[in-house]
Amino acid sequence: MTSRNFDSLPTVEPVARLIEELNKLPGIGPKTAQRLTYHVIRLPAEEARALAQAVLDVKERVVFCSRCYNITDKDPCAVCTDLRRDQTRICVVEEPLDVLALERVQVYRGMYHVLHGVISPMHGVGPDDLRIRELLVRLQGSGVQEVVLALNPSLEGEATSMYLQKLIAPLGIRLTRLARGLPAGSELEYADEVTLTRAFEGRQEL
Amino acid sequence: MTPPSTKPRLFKVEAVVLKQYPLGEADRLLVLYTPELGKLRAVAKGARRPSSKLGGHVEPLVHTRLLLARGGSLDVVSQAEAVHAFPGLREDLGRLAQALYCAELVDAFTPDEQASPPLFGLLVEALATMEEGAEAVFLHCFELRLLALAGYQPQLRHCAECEGPIEPGQHWLSYRAGGVLCPRCAQGVSPPPAPVSLNALKSLRYLQEQPYGRAQRLRLGPEVGAEVRGLLRGYIRYLLEKDLKSTEFLDHLRREGMAPWE
Ligand SMILES: [Zn+2]
Ligand SMILES: [Zn+2]
Repeated sequence: MTSRNFDSLPTVEPVARLIEELNKLPGIGPKTAQRLTYHVIRLPAEEARALAQAVLDVKERVVFCSRCYNITDKDPCAVCTDLRRDQTRICVVEEPLDVLALERVQVYRGMYHVLHGVISPMHGVGPDDLRIRELLVRLQGSGVQEVVLALNPSLEGEATSMYLQKLIAPLGIRLTRLARGLPAGSELEYADEVTLTRAFEGRQEL
Repeated sequence: MTPPSTKPRLFKVEAVVLKQYPLGEADRLLVLYTPELGKLRAVAKGARRPSSKLGGHVEPLVHTRLLLARGGSLDVVSQAEAVHAFPGLREDLGRLAQALYCAELVDAFTPDEQASPPLFGLLVEALATMEEGAEAVFLHCFELRLLALAGYQPQLRHCAECEGPIEPGQHWLSYRAGGVLCPRCAQGVSPPPAPVSLNALKSLRYLQEQPYGRAQRLRLGPEVGAEVRGLLRGYIRYLLEKDLKSTEFLDHLRREGMAPWE
């Protein structure tokens, strides 16, 4: 599937290698990888170096926040150390991109917790593969008064919400979830601002 | 079996969505089980966006009616309307875990585009049963019915090697032979067959031979239940040469005391 698509290309080894690496990225097929590679070939050397350096910096300088597990360049992250934010609320999301989406609409001024995925039995992703234990440790004797589950309204998101509910309910912390304004099967990241704001404001007790 | 080339450009299918993968920016790749065409793959374009009309109609475990457009390498969902979304499965973690296991079993035992209307019926009926809450034994009924439809029904009345009678006493189940062995045939077999208690053997026979509805009402004690579960899992693992992914989650719930059906 990979090599056959590149028959038209001269087999210059570094070119083939960049195409192959780009092709591994999500959402990038062989055609796009080819186009991007030729774009890079035409770039001035300093721009190409800046791109390579940015990729390396992301790997070397970006870490997970040891409290909320969002990506950050300093630990703890800016949200966790912002004293103007409500420390008694934690909003649980699947991915760092979901934090971005929620921060954009500015309806929420509490803390976050990024799970880095959802329970997906059919793909072999279980509770132990996510930052669930870390969330429970965070909640122990923390003074947290509300946990908002802001997971995607997908089958996996619902499964994860149900699982978290079983674990958090005995702790006596208020547990809410986003309103069902988000259609089933969709992803938070793609929600428009109105939908997302409404969903947040209409969050429900669990 | 219908070769892809004979499909019209647009065709309707009834299907259960077995699973899905995110694809590209906002699409989903669906694995469907249909009565007339067997297992199919199709793309639901834009299904991950909240504005998508497809979203809830192509979620896993939804019984749905689709209009598919024949595409280059993959068919594309052009319309979708859920027949039954089994909401009860989405509101209970244990039921959901059971249903995902059944869907994965169907996926694992079916080749692409090989029709089996009885298997489709079995799956839809099972989803409805699990939506109402099913006991642990239900999964074993389902496993045995599915194994039979897939051509792997275990032989439990006669020795699977020599067809000799099975006398009361010590019993063995050979995954390779696909059934119980008499003491003579069990000698020196490699890999060594699994020992089976008389209770477990009787339970397996009952679950396999009784009408579906009656078999589901059998109550197994914890010990026999665990033995039957282990034997069927061992047999399925042998046939598929792997463990199903969703068994891990069922086990997890069991370990954490979140498996009320046990
Ligand atoms: Zn943080
Ligand atoms: Zn024999």
